[in-house]
Amino acid sequence: MKKNGNLSVLTKGIFKENPVFILILGTCPTLATTTNVVGAFGMGIAALVVLLCSNVLISMLRSVIPDGVRIPCYITIIAGFVTMVQMAVQAFFPALYEMLGVYLALIVVNCIILGRAEMFASKNSVGKSALDGIGMGLGFTLALCAMATVREVFGAASFAGIAIPFLADYKIEFLVKAPGGMLVYGLLIALVCALTNGKGPKKKEFTCAGCPSAGYCKTGACQSKKEEA
Amino acid sequence: MDTLKTLVVILLSSVLVNNYVLSRFLGICPFLGVSKKLGQAAGMGVSVTAVMLLASAITWPIQRLILDQLHLEYMQTIVFILVIAALVQMLEIILKKFSPALHKALGVYLPLITTNCAVLGVAINNITDGYTFVESMVSSLGCGLGFLLAMVLFSGLRSRIDESEVPAPFRGLAVTLIAASFISLAFMGLSGIVDSLFA
Repeated sequence: MKKNGNLSVLTKGIFKENPVFILILGTCPTLATTTNVVGAFGMGIAALVVLLCSNVLISMLRSVIPDGVRIPCYITIIAGFVTMVQMAVQAFFPALYEMLGVYLALIVVNCIILGRAEMFASKNSVGKSALDGIGMGLGFTLALCAMATVREVFGAASFAGIAIPFLADYKIEFLVKAPGGMLVYGLLIALVCALTNGKGPKKKEFTCAGCPSAGYCKTGACQSKKEEA
Repeated sequence: MDTLKTLVVILLSSVLVNNYVLSRFLGICPFLGVSKKLGQAAGMGVSVTAVMLLASAITWPIQRLILDQLHLEYMQTIVFILVIAALVQMLEIILKKFSPALHKALGVYLPLITTNCAVLGVAINNITDGYTFVESMVSSLGCGLGFLLAMVLFSGLRSRIDESEVPAPFRGLAVTLIAASFISLAFMGLSGIVDSLFA
């Protein structure tokens, strides 16, 4: 029974609560780093490492961190791990470092990581938080790779840098440019929605639960604004 | 004259060509989340512009005068995000105390900006691109205005989407993203404008 519980914690990040297609978190890196599969995979793994480490540490410290200053604490912890990952990538994969550029540093403000810290790690045990981090990280990586595959195969006629000859004459170059990213993302969300009969993306709009700033704005400013409007 | 030219090029390219939302994908969350009504979109855009300017004005000296001097460049990410978070919080407190009217108009958007990747992105890009202080202020202004422009344009489009019949699976975020893709496509047409302006 217990094992079953842990397994569901791990797998829910991959399918049922996929951060990219269902929770719609971390949209910026999703759009920016999916022009090719290698970059998308690198970004996904980097985010996975940060997510795992920060989830574990935040879960360990959850009884120590005072509630009032928890968000600054989380940000500091996450920024620390991001810096470590940045240095590691720069040292071991300089080409990837160049490719990801500023987006690597921007993992700090990735909604997935702060969102999981706030929603999961601060309330659950270390083990569960680690599983949640791995699950969410894998879900993020898989989603990025799926999107990058669509964009790279049809936009650049290659997969992970290997050319696909018979598609070379039918490249839709627009797909690897900025607008193509949004288009593919929109189409994939619609596809997921159609496959799950609309049960999947429950959150059609951003709500406080998915907003990394929810800790700061206890008022739910954007929500109330929407209602009165 | 040359400096002025550089500044104009930086301003125009950050507003139109390298628009943060539409071509660099920074600040997508508020772009999709708070762009439903024109008033909200404009308020968010103005707040982001103000915070971007302030954040760059503070992070540039920190990088050049403290981190570079002490060879602590690797602390950039941690220092910048904490400075921005503290800045936004302080700005909110100050506005609340001294200008309740302005706080009422823009205050609600401030907490949402703390973890906005566009703000951190501008601060980091100013350093990576090797801008001087004046150049980075102009670039922050340009990025902010570009964000405002994108938000306002998009809110107009969204109010039209709300009135139209959208196929079920596309309802909500999917159609919003596809609409954003069209705006982004329109902005792609501007990509040559800055180079040819001074050619």
